[in-house]
Amino acid sequence: MLDFYQSFLSSANVRWVLIGSLILGFASGMIGSFVLLKKQSLISDAMSHAALPGVCIGFMIFQEKSLPILLVGAAVTSLIATHAIQVIVNHSKIKSDAAIGIVISVFFGFGIVLLTYIQQNFTSDQAGLDAFIFGQAASLVRSDVQLVAISSLILVLITTICFKAFKISIFDPSFAKNIGIHVRFFNGLLLALVVGIVVIGIQMVGVVLIAALLITPALAARYWTDNLTVMAWLAGVFGSISGLIGAITSTLFSNLPTGPMIVLSASVIFFISLLIGQRKGLFLRAVKVR
Amino acid sequence: MMYTFWIILTGCLVGLTCGIAGSLLVLRKMSMIADAISHTVLLGIVGAFFVSHSLNGVPMLIGASVVGLLTAYLVEVLNKSGVQSDAAIGVVFTSLFALGVILISLIGDQVHLDTNHALMGEIAFVPWDTMMIKGQSYGPQAVWMLGFALIANVLLITLFYKQIKMSTFDPQFATLVGVPLTFIHYLLMTMVSFSTVASFNSVGAILVVAMLIVPGATAYLLSERFLHVILLSGVIGVIAALLGYGFSILLNVSIAGSMATMTGLLFLLAFLFNPKNGLIIKKLSTHY
Repeated sequence: MLDFYQSFLSSANVRWVLIGSLILGFASGMIGSFVLLKKQSLISDAMSHAALPGVCIGFMIFQEKSLPILLVGAAVTSLIATHAIQVIVNHSKIKSDAAIGIVISVFFGFGIVLLTYIQQNFTSDQAGLDAFIFGQAASLVRSDVQLVAISSLILVLITTICFKAFKISIFDPSFAKNIGIHVRFFNGLLLALVVGIVVIGIQMVGVVLIAALLITPALAARYWTDNLTVMAWLAGVFGSISGLIGAITSTLFSNLPTGPMIVLSASVIFFISLLIGQRKGLFLRAVKVR
Repeated sequence: MMYTFWIILTGCLVGLTCGIAGSLLVLRKMSMIADAISHTVLLGIVGAFFVSHSLNGVPMLIGASVVGLLTAYLVEVLNKSGVQSDAAIGVVFTSLFALGVILISLIGDQVHLDTNHALMGEIAFVPWDTMMIKGQSYGPQAVWMLGFALIANVLLITLFYKQIKMSTFDPQFATLVGVPLTFIHYLLMTMVSFSTVASFNSVGAILVVAMLIVPGATAYLLSERFLHVILLSGVIGVIAALLGYGFSILLNVSIAGSMATMTGLLFLLAFLFNPKNGLIIKKLSTHY
């Protein structure tokens, strides 16, 4: 058994995948805390679904499967999707939840159209594009994982540096303006961070479920503390644990998809927090009622 | 010839069934619940397979409605315990959907149900999967299921028309005059689950969302009258299905994806050009 673990961990590729999923999970948990505070959980879902057509268009223009190009395409369509939601809400009587639903389904449907078009008309190594739907950690080559790990680390750093500014501009925008914080800039930066997480996470977790990595760890952390700083770090830790468990199980059992395994691990953590969380967990609540 | 006919008929039935059920959700501002249910229905279908070892109509319908109602219930519970509603929806549907996908990959080769099928549907195979009774074929199963869902939707809306309308536009008044709001809520959830599972084989779990929400939203842009929105939504669903089929044949791409794209295109047209409050019309009228 020990031998097995040693040989498993000594494979350089596996080690990189584990490190990548660990840092990615941490970054998404942390950024997710702010997304949750801004009540934008489902907008992040729309952004992630909208990444699919971007990946396909990136591939069609440059006709090669190079990760940076695909990710730039994903970022562009994700931003267009967020903008589209705002335009629909601002200029019609459609409410935001319907606007989000429209954008999710139409962008994703269009992505499927492009995906099938690519399968019909391009012969070169396009097979990997399917992996973007549910994520396939095993399909990642070393340079891809390094890209994921390093970009996640950068996102964590930016979040840590701007932590206070984010906090104040979300909780009290007018106070933030008074003390000279450029609220619009930090709102934009937060949006960019979310797009960043979605884009670098899609190859590992997939467009369909990457939003869960933003929502679930943060929501789980909410059951343990009222303090935003503690919550963000805790969400980061929860995200890392989920990422690690998901990556390990799906590497060990090759027919298990990585993304759903990561999300399910996060859900289990959420469920445990819901039951026994210190702050408003159901168990403590029941005890207090007595 | 017969083959094309069945596919087009299936597409139109999907558009009509989902359009009618979805318009109610848009009017009641519950679109994202539809999104959630259409994802989690996958788990119901897999669950039904584990119990009955078949992908047959009736167990699938039961499994899907159970999980659909469970989704609506869990969202409500989380919401009441203080979780903001969009995060509650997000957690519930991603968890159940992830579980469904994992179970599918575990049963893997035993059935012709894989993750691609779950996402995009296989409308091209619909005509081959016929209803067999005593060796006699009675047309595709999908058409039967969709027909059943459509009749159920129309019947329920006609029976509870007043109650649904009242609880949609003025819930407080509806409570006062004794309309059972919770019952109406779960009735609609059942309708959505039925419509979703009936469409599942043809267009897949995620693109059902397009057929549910987008025609309803488009119809809502064009009219405010309750009945008009419902009928218009059904018609728009059918038009999107027809256009989508043509488009997919032309370019040889995914039929379900094309239908979703076409719903988006129709929405865009209504958004920009509808005579009452379209974006372009508004811009023009402020200029002149």
